[in-house]
Amino acid sequence: MLAKRIIPCLDIKDGRTVKGINFENIRDAGDPVELGALYARQGADELVFLDITATNEKRKTLSELVNRISHHINIPFTVGGGIASVDDVNVLLQNGADKISVNTAAFKRPELLKELAGEFGSQCVVLAIDTRMEDDGEWYVYLNGGRVRTETKCLDWAQQAVALGAGEILLTSMNHDGTKKGFALDITGTLASLLPVPVIASGGGGNMEHFAEVFAEGKADAALAASIFHFKEVGIPELKTYLSEKGINVRI
Amino acid sequence: MKTVVIKYNAGNTQSVLYALERIGAAAEVTDDPEQIRAADKVIFPGVGEASSAMQYLKARQLDQVIRELTQPVLGICLGMQLLCSHSEENDTTCIGIFDEQVKAFNNAGNKDFKIPQIGWNTVYDLRTKLFNGIAENSYCYFVHGYYASKGPATIATTDYIQPYSAALHKDNFYGVQFHPEKSAAVGEQILRNFISHI
Repeated sequence: MLAKRIIPCLDIKDGRTVKGINFENIRDAGDPVELGALYARQGADELVFLDITATNEKRKTLSELVNRISHHINIPFTVGGGIASVDDVNVLLQNGADKISVNTAAFKRPELLKELAGEFGSQCVVLAIDTRMEDDGEWYVYLNGGRVRTETKCLDWAQQAVALGAGEILLTSMNHDGTKKGFALDITGTLASLLPVPVIASGGGGNMEHFAEVFAEGKADAALAASIFHFKEVGIPELKTYLSEKGINVRI
Repeated sequence: MKTVVIKYNAGNTQSVLYALERIGAAAEVTDDPEQIRAADKVIFPGVGEASSAMQYLKARQLDQVIRELTQPVLGICLGMQLLCSHSEENDTTCIGIFDEQVKAFNNAGNKDFKIPQIGWNTVYDLRTKLFNGIAENSYCYFVHGYYASKGPATIATTDYIQPYSAALHKDNFYGVQFHPEKSAAVGEQILRNFISHI
């Protein structure tokens, strides 16, 4: 039976992890490779590396980092952050990334999804959507790391993106992100039940119950979190044991 | 011991190479028939689409080179599917080592089964030395929209929509549908078995 996936997310700036602190059992938690390898050993099913560097040197540093990650880490990983072209993706995949994630660039030029799926296959094209529920009760797409609002509804964009070639949706609820009060079960469930591709829920996971909820009620295929893993508020082995006891199929 | 990884237009060669490095079995990537024939072990990886991959192999007579190999060969993912007789993916005639057919997943509208299958699934009814030391129902990492049916060459089974071949074996040829290079410790053990025990 296909397992539900647990995915730690590492924010990267200038080749270093931004939030990785408070680990005694590795030498350098600022090193994305060391932190990623630790999560892999603990039973993470995949990793996401999100590059938030804003310099021109970025591509080279990132591709070198991706190469190092793929040398050392024995589970699949996705790389995202500022990807806008087939060439950007080619470099990352050649260096060993399994998937890439696109966000704002794909919204601004949806053909990008078609180009990437045509060139590399849908299985490596993850569409990240940042979404917020507004007073009218509708979920809208936000761009540029949540700073720019659009008039497009989340479900509409997700459906269009899948039709163009997105192979997976990484859905972050801005209402929930950082609250540790649980994932957005409604929009996650809507997308997961209407889309033919897997949905990764992100934003709001604060304890183990939240993960059980997003799999059972939110119908998510995978759940992503960052700081609760980095700050060891939730350990991956305990989380998986807990989910398994709740009858949720996970890889242990 | 010399291991080669076949280079072609549907390769996922970097990840396979690095995984071999991690288990201390460095390999070379090549499309040179002489080097492939001379190797002790041959790995035939693959991520991509069947018909364009077969066209590329045929144009270079690599399909014939592969068919005539007598040393252990391991096909991975699309590599395994190309070792079968036929794939429904763009109605492609494949290399024809395994008689099993490659078919498209069809969920008959049941959205509980996303296509392609992406993620960790269990393998069971494990046979041959390829699975030495691997527990029944171990998890491996799969990414695929087409699957090989079950048949006489099946040496591991996975359930997704229906039971299908997670691995195949005939003579000196082995194939795995999952990605051992991405399947954590289980995958590394399978690669180690192929390199050391087959």
